[in-house]
Amino acid sequence: MGLETDIPVLTTSVEKMVQWARRSSIWPVTFGLACCAIEMMAMSCSRYDIARFGAEVFRGSPRQSDLMIVAGRLSRKMAPALRRIYDQMPEPKWVISMGACASIGGVFDNYALVQGVDQIVPVDVYVPGCPPRPESLIYGIVQLQRKIAEQKLT
Amino acid sequence: MDADVLIAALQHAVPGAHVERASSIDLQTTVYVAKDEVEPVARALRDVPELGFALLAELTAVDYWPKAPRYELVYLLVSIANRQRLRMKVQLPDDAARVATVTGIWPGANWLEREVWDLFGIAFDGHPDPRRLLMPEDWEGHPLRKDYPVQIHMTPRASEALQVTAEEFRANVERDRRLR
Amino acid sequence: MPEIRTEVMTVNMGPQHPSTHGVLRLVLELDGETVLSAAPTIGYLHTGIEKTAEQKKWQQVIPLVERMDYLSAQSNSMAFCMSVEKLLGLEIPERVRWIRVLIAELQRINSHLVWLGTHGMEVGAVSVMLYCFRERELLLNLNEMLAGFRLFPSYMRVGGLREDLPRGFHAAVRAFLDAFPAKLDEYEDLLTRNTIYLQRTQGVGVISHADAIAYGLVGPIARAAGSDYDVRKYFPYLGYDQLDFAVPTRTTGDVYGRYQVRVAEMRESVKLCRQALERIAPIGDYAVADPRITPPPKDRVYTEMEALIQHFLIYSQGFTVPAGEAYVPVEGPRGEQGFSVVSDGTNRPWRIKSRAPSLLACQALERMIVGGLIADVIAVIGSIDVVMGDVDR
Repeated sequence: MGLETDIPVLTTSVEKMVQWARRSSIWPVTFGLACCAIEMMAMSCSRYDIARFGAEVFRGSPRQSDLMIVAGRLSRKMAPALRRIYDQMPEPKWVISMGACASIGGVFDNYALVQGVDQIVPVDVYVPGCPPRPESLIYGIVQLQRKIAEQKLT
Repeated sequence: MDADVLIAALQHAVPGAHVERASSIDLQTTVYVAKDEVEPVARALRDVPELGFALLAELTAVDYWPKAPRYELVYLLVSIANRQRLRMKVQLPDDAARVATVTGIWPGANWLEREVWDLFGIAFDGHPDPRRLLMPEDWEGHPLRKDYPVQIHMTPRASEALQVTAEEFRANVERDRRLR
Repeated sequence: MPEIRTEVMTVNMGPQHPSTHGVLRLVLELDGETVLSAAPTIGYLHTGIEKTAEQKKWQQVIPLVERMDYLSAQSNSMAFCMSVEKLLGLEIPERVRWIRVLIAELQRINSHLVWLGTHGMEVGAVSVMLYCFRERELLLNLNEMLAGFRLFPSYMRVGGLREDLPRGFHAAVRAFLDAFPAKLDEYEDLLTRNTIYLQRTQGVGVISHADAIAYGLVGPIARAAGSDYDVRKYFPYLGYDQLDFAVPTRTTGDVYGRYQVRVAEMRESVKLCRQALERIAPIGDYAVADPRITPPPKDRVYTEMEALIQHFLIYSQGFTVPAGEAYVPVEGPRGEQGFSVVSDGTNRPWRIKSRAPSLLACQALERMIVGGLIADVIAVIGSIDVVMGDVDR
């Protein structure tokens, strides 16, 4: 970026501009399934405040959001609904798999759970923990922001 | 109330009922009831004032495979008025795992019986809505049985089956067009 | 004037919804804004915990059952431990019983705070959520002091507790208990006499006393409808019969009644916590002194052979529980809960079944919302305080 000293103008490239805009205002869709959802809610509240990182509101509708944080264990009955919500999100979209159950099936290796949501949707960042501390999830979102900062436009 | 008094009251209310007392180490008096007499005994348990078990706390099953009889249905009842708890057990063999429903007596048993059907395969005669509760509608097998594996290898289904056939869809579109 | 064509609309309040407290699906039939019928579908969070627990040893089941009702995690694990202790015939030391009372009541405050926050947010009072979660952070700090983990400390063990209370715990709890009633007054300032809140919650989602008992409802829902059934008073456990507290009840049976009952319960829990705190002896046991069940302290494991063998046996093959069946009811934040535990004499459970108050509350949901407006559906779902992890297990 270039900063002209006598005229108040900032120059940059379109790509950097778009990357900055995208990563600084990631709005998640509410996809809290189980216990991780409680930590996700704690993250959005006043102590860990995710709004300072740009995730100002959790949109209720997937059509208005960029990020899906799959927080909790995904059962086989819920898997079609997950895919549907993912398909309804407009591009560009990202997925964070929060917690052990979403990443790999967690403590529950049995008939009822999908062993990792990456069998249903493509995942960008995996956040381990059961449930991960809100700071871990914020770290995951910051890593996602770094990933978006390097995403090419074409 | 003493356990023997309870059983005596029950025998008095439902004469000829085969009610057998079993040992129990916790708060609940445990009785075994024959599977054909569940409905009248349950009704007596709720309606007779000395018994007054109006609250059905739990309805579940235990699978004792490979022992026989295979299933044991467990009803946990609470009498708030008399400060009494009861555990009613019904033994069911593998080849005749059916029992009368108690939904007419305790409406809360509706979903509890659906869950037992879903997870164990025990059928309840007269149940108003015998569908699966926790597993997907088209699931095969009853997961909590002892001969059902804990881990299964099955690709998770990522999309739901279409809920209308092609003809139904066309008929719906036609009807919509006519109504406009 | 032309006839206005009306028709009944079927709306799916799908498993993903900001206000369904998890994954509950309601298929509503609406005539305008009035709900004609509601068909709840559950099972979207079914985790097969009960089947998985049959493969684990007795102490390994505790983290699993904590994740069932994830808002009252320590009440869950305490109920499980109490059922297994009944099968083992263990006599829990008095100090442990008071610590368990303290933790159970703190968990009740914790769960009710989450309920109040999410319910307030759904009804429109978004600040209530931020305030409640701020207080909850203090309680999670206490959990962290106990065992290092915010939500699921796994601090309860069969036979007592995992380890002794940390240094500074008494002072931290006292600080919280001194500060909390004033905060509760703040929340009540926002909601209790707020016209908007009253109009949204009074007369909404009414269920009668007879219906509540018939549907198997317990806890704050039944107590708001006129029942006074509370396991702590009717079938006392852990020393509750020696403590002085009241069970708040109302007779209206609506959403506002449940709100009042839960806020009053939080105040009673503060009283209970204070009483339990002063009864905890500063030095004493933290678990029953049975060598088969309680691991020996680490310094003895490093120096004595017998302690090493004990430690090894407990952590490799666990302990066996005599065959039998036990169910110890416990008053959780949602009502009576407990674990029906069946043992076949080995070191693994044969069957565990969680008595889930949320399951029956979900079933009675239909009864409460039919005939009301669609906006009331949200208020009612919030008021019955369902935790889908408990419903689906």
